[in-house]
Amino acid sequence: MTAEPGKAAPAGGASDLFDKFQPMIDIRENLLSTGVTDPFSLVMERVESPTVAICNGKRTILLGTYNYMGQTFDPDVLAAGKQALDEFGSGTTGSRVLNGTYQGHRECEEALKRFYGMDHAMVFSTGYQANLGIISTMAGKDDYVILDIDSHASIYDGCALGNAQIVAFRHNDVEALEKRLKRLPAEAGKLVVLEGVYSMLGDVAPLKEMVAISKAHGAMVLVDEAHSMGFIGPNGRGVAEEQGVLDDVDFVIGTFSKSVGTVGGFCVSNHPKFEILRLVCRPYVFTASLPPSVVATAAVSIDKLRDAKDKRDHLWANSRRLHGGLKELGFTLGTETPQSAIIAVIMPDLEKGAAMWEALLQEGLYVNLARPPATPAGMTLLRCSLCALHSEQQVGEILGMFEAAGKRVGVI
Amino acid sequence: MTDRDERKSKILGLVAEFNKKGIAVAEDTRFAQDLEWDSLTVMDFVAAVEDEFDIIITMNRAAEIETVGSLIDAVGELQGQ
Repeated sequence: MTAEPGKAAPAGGASDLFDKFQPMIDIRENLLSTGVTDPFSLVMERVESPTVAICNGKRTILLGTYNYMGQTFDPDVLAAGKQALDEFGSGTTGSRVLNGTYQGHRECEEALKRFYGMDHAMVFSTGYQANLGIISTMAGKDDYVILDIDSHASIYDGCALGNAQIVAFRHNDVEALEKRLKRLPAEAGKLVVLEGVYSMLGDVAPLKEMVAISKAHGAMVLVDEAHSMGFIGPNGRGVAEEQGVLDDVDFVIGTFSKSVGTVGGFCVSNHPKFEILRLVCRPYVFTASLPPSVVATAAVSIDKLRDAKDKRDHLWANSRRLHGGLKELGFTLGTETPQSAIIAVIMPDLEKGAAMWEALLQEGLYVNLARPPATPAGMTLLRCSLCALHSEQQVGEILGMFEAAGKRVGVI
Repeated sequence: MTDRDERKSKILGLVAEFNKKGIAVAEDTRFAQDLEWDSLTVMDFVAAVEDEFDIIITMNRAAEIETVGSLIDAVGELQGQ
């Protein structure tokens, strides 16, 4: 085979560094050979609202975004972003510790402190970097990070970036966490990492028990509330607030790319020495800060999330109705009861999952197709993420689409 | 019976509980390649070994343990700590 000019290829079928990806290449090619549309190449040609876009020329209801609170088209949020773009330009071109801290970054951190009622807030360029930075910086050599086996990739990558000893325990298993904490050296530094809502199945952690056990064993606790911010808890502060343990949590990690409706990440804390992290946390120091327009939209959106009780109530109503409706149709769901804005519909295998995903798209519904290694226990699932702006009528349409597609594909 | 023999016997017993494919197991049996365990099975097996010997096997340490024999030795070291 001759390589195109400028493109190198290994000679004569020799092995190269791409060989390790071959199993994934084979799975993808086998799937596409069945004629299914590539589930990972969807393009939104036009976005009409938080719940509707034009995909492949067709009106499509969006049920696979993280736009839980529907903030992406809020007029106040958009106005703040436009003003910041005009007044401060398109980007900062620098790190937060050099030229990259603008008034807007400070205002955004103030909004986070107000929202969580905490003393300190640090904004990162993504939620991924927030976990990467805090975990790798806090847990050093000879310290222990104790984490749920189903933790998000950013948590695992934070562990990989640091030098700590890593101990995993079975998903949401309080007893397994306690057993491991008991066996660790009493004098060692310990960081327990938990999530409020786990993103694949949409299930909630027993934070009340887990935080209490962690504190009893002298561990600091970090809770990632990416999928609960704005929606769960009386003030939308997440599962830790809902279960009454927010004051015992040392670090709350979150993101702007879900309920806040833009992009970015953060950590809030009451620890008196927290501010030193701005100088020692590499994923904060060695990257460019968020554009002024982004932090301006985030700050306004966060303030609006505090007073969004009506939206929270409507989102819960949507979650209960969709969960109950799908169950009634005969689908297998990731949780027995609706626990969050995420409802996972379990598919028998990747082929059926991809076929169902495509059938839903043809009906005019977009959901996420999730498969290993992102999913637990080798599952393939269709992940539905509800938005507070889905109307009652849209939830009815969604159920009708699931029924039609499910029968056509033979899943129900 | 030496301490190592005793550990070996207990570990082989635990491996058998998770060895659903009935693969022949010896000290040079490799967990990843020979037993074909998925990550969840590995985690459950590690937890069972930890409970049996009242030790912690961190993910860092587990990554270095490739064979049944190396696990027997590693458990001995961890118990001695």
